[in-house]
Amino acid sequence: MNWGEIVHYALYAVSVGSMALGLVFVIAGATGVMRLPDFYTRMHAAGVTDTMGAELIIMGLILQAPDWQTVAKLLLAGLLLFLTSPTATHAIANAAHRAGHKPRLSRFHPPHPSEAGKGEGQ
Amino acid sequence: MELINFLVALGVAVAMAIMLARLFVGPTLYDRVLAMNSFGTKTVLFLLVFSAIAGRQDAIDIALLYALINFVATVAILKFFRYRSLEIALAQMSLRKALDGEYEK
Repeated sequence: MNWGEIVHYALYAVSVGSMALGLVFVIAGATGVMRLPDFYTRMHAAGVTDTMGAELIIMGLILQAPDWQTVAKLLLAGLLLFLTSPTATHAIANAAHRAGHKPRLSRFHPPHPSEAGKGEGQ
Repeated sequence: MELINFLVALGVAVAMAIMLARLFVGPTLYDRVLAMNSFGTKTVLFLLVFSAIAGRQDAIDIALLYALINFVATVAILKFFRYRSLEIALAQMSLRKALDGEYEK
């Protein structure tokens, strides 16, 4: 086994690991958007998907790209997603805040310090 | 290499279906806008993985275009539901303040 094969298999392993981790982030974000109780918490879950999952999947695709043109276009797509998706999430949060949406705080409040260790603090 | 691409495409498709469900059941407008924005991001990811599976380089160009259109559409929808008009320049701060005072009573 020469160095070319070692580099090839190392790129393969890093690409598969990165894409699997990105897939985990995407599925976790989608589950959070479906399951979380509040608009702001749902937006937090969607933000996790839009930055970390997308960048990891694009990095895995870059590592298995056949030529430099594909690498350049994938880098451009990753840069656009990295710039636009937090901006869009901030715009949605700002619009919801300006429209008067309040975060839901009454259900999952932490326990009072005097009641620590007695229960779940519901 | 082919297997992980196929699995990622399948997982992104499942996440797109979940986002579509949130888009239809979302109780407020902002839930729907958030689900639409996230659905567009996942469409971009699906197109990129599809270009790697099918070996078609032009799908990456479509993904680039879709990312930009998704961002502009999200901001346009938010602007419309905040000012009830698309003809207002966002840079005109005095007009923004006047319209905020008019619509947010």
